[in-house]
Amino acid sequence: MTAGAMRTGTDGAGERRSLRERPGLVFACLAILLLLVGLVALSLGATGVPASRVFSILADMFVGQTGTGGGETLIVLQVRLPRLLLGMLVGAGLASSGALMQGLFRNPLADPGLVGVSAGAAVAAAATITLGDALLAPLMGPLPFGALPIGAFAGGLLTTLGLYLVATRGGRTSIATMLLAGVAFGALSGAVMGLFSYLSDDRQLRDLSFWSLGSLSGATWTKIIAILPLILPSIVAMPFLARGLNALALGEAEAFHLGVPVQRVKALAILIVAITVGASVAAAGMIGFVGIVVPHMLRLIAGPDHRMLLPASALLGAVLLVAADTVARTIAAPAELPIGILTATLGAPFFLWLLLRRQGGIAL
Amino acid sequence: MSVILEARDLSYTRSGRTLLDGVDLAVREGSLTVVLGPNGAGKSTLVRMLCGELAPTRGRVVLNGDTLASIPAWLLAHKRAVMPQASDLTFPFTAFEVAGLGVEGLGRGLSRADRHRLARTALEHADVAHLAGRNYQTLSGGERQRVQFARVLAQLAAGRTVETRQVLFLDEPIASLDLKHQLAVLAKAQDLAREGLTVVAVLHDLQLAAGIADEVVLLQNGRLVTHGKPHAVLTPACLTEVFGVALTGTGLPPHPWMIASP
Repeated sequence: MTAGAMRTGTDGAGERRSLRERPGLVFACLAILLLLVGLVALSLGATGVPASRVFSILADMFVGQTGTGGGETLIVLQVRLPRLLLGMLVGAGLASSGALMQGLFRNPLADPGLVGVSAGAAVAAAATITLGDALLAPLMGPLPFGALPIGAFAGGLLTTLGLYLVATRGGRTSIATMLLAGVAFGALSGAVMGLFSYLSDDRQLRDLSFWSLGSLSGATWTKIIAILPLILPSIVAMPFLARGLNALALGEAEAFHLGVPVQRVKALAILIVAITVGASVAAAGMIGFVGIVVPHMLRLIAGPDHRMLLPASALLGAVLLVAADTVARTIAAPAELPIGILTATLGAPFFLWLLLRRQGGIAL
Repeated sequence: MSVILEARDLSYTRSGRTLLDGVDLAVREGSLTVVLGPNGAGKSTLVRMLCGELAPTRGRVVLNGDTLASIPAWLLAHKRAVMPQASDLTFPFTAFEVAGLGVEGLGRGLSRADRHRLARTALEHADVAHLAGRNYQTLSGGERQRVQFARVLAQLAAGRTVETRQVLFLDEPIASLDLKHQLAVLAKAQDLAREGLTVVAVLHDLQLAAGIADEVVLLQNGRLVTHGKPHAVLTPACLTEVFGVALTGTGLPPHPWMIASP
């Protein structure tokens, strides 16, 4: 059941209702927006490539004629396109994971990092950066290029698994326990990160801080090929949990009464988020705020139904992250801002504005 | 009439405390059974186990001949619906959407239009059709309770396409309702029972219970004290014993009538 053709509403603008009634329109707008933002991202940069040229380069690529256009082709296909795709995947993954977590934790402020995956990935990445040269390199020679992302992904997944096991007793996972254990682990990981930065030398410190601010600048086709099979199936799988998440808004007992296999929904949601966020963090570092702001905006615009919210969050997350990244790499060109700084400095005030715009506050 | 729901030696122990102790109970199909007892008697625990939400530590519940534990959640949702004591909602769903949650994913051969119709009809039956477009989070406690009732009615209607022998559990359904809507909810429950639905309700108001119940189950300290027709169970002697309050029965027809003397 979609939002439903409710015209008797007394709270809420007419425009908001009409979007609630037409999820198709929401998706169409977001898809068009994503295409536009993608086009801008491909053409803007240190070397401007006109949109028409971008089209012909992409057309050539699809027909299989590469290597004919020289510099511009190289920039678009080898630099900007992988970066665009990375931004889309990471933005879509983080935003839809945020929506999933908020549904699961029954809290609109829940962050995809709550299940410990970001903290675990951060600790593993810091350990790889700081201790990798000293401990691992003597055993296996110079660290391979992929050691950092693989370590981060594994760290995130293992942490989430650990928290899940801590919170599960007798076949039932206590979401509250998981949340609190996640908070505890977050504090612990902060301390461990502090220790690692204390132990680091200057170069390691720079790597560490760059990684923890998040960036899409390391985008390569290899990275895309590595995270695509992790993030894309997760995003496609999410809407299958939508009915369960809608029912969970009433409470766990009520969801069970409505026939939702609550424990299976919890386990799947946590697994999907761990994979998606783990892959995102591994590829692009820690990028904050996308997971909270995007689902919240969509709920204000088009209502809280998860069948709309999960896929729409993926689209809007992709749009916002690609837009933010385009700004991050052009605003001070040829220098580049870490995107995490940009998403937080733009996201936080915008979020506040969204909250304050609504009179009477927001019920959590 | 045949027995639809049966508790056999039902017990529940949590961290050393026995909340329910060896309850045997048979609920007849199409009856309206009211569970009564003082605070902490195990009324809610009993209902939570009868509806499958809580697994018994000993004994079992049999619904329609099947052990409850063997029925998968999705199928069980077609066989029974549960109205909670109070329900918060995390996200700003409208009342119509909340009623819609009762039919989402349930039933056989229902089109989207059918589901919309079921939700709308349920809102009308619960006297909240006028709130359909309102944000549930902005409704009053009583209005929320009635929207929840609509959701439960919608679930039963959708479930009926799969299973016609259904049970409705009401856990203190009228706690936050005004008198008019208390009577309306109970009257609806009575109507449903007359149509063949089995209703099990936890109530606090002895008077209302006496007025609507076909059968009364009296619990005390996790044990079943007695189970039978209202006039046989709701006697001053029995209630004084269970509730620890001096009661005088007036025996006014048509229902037992109790007056508490402080």
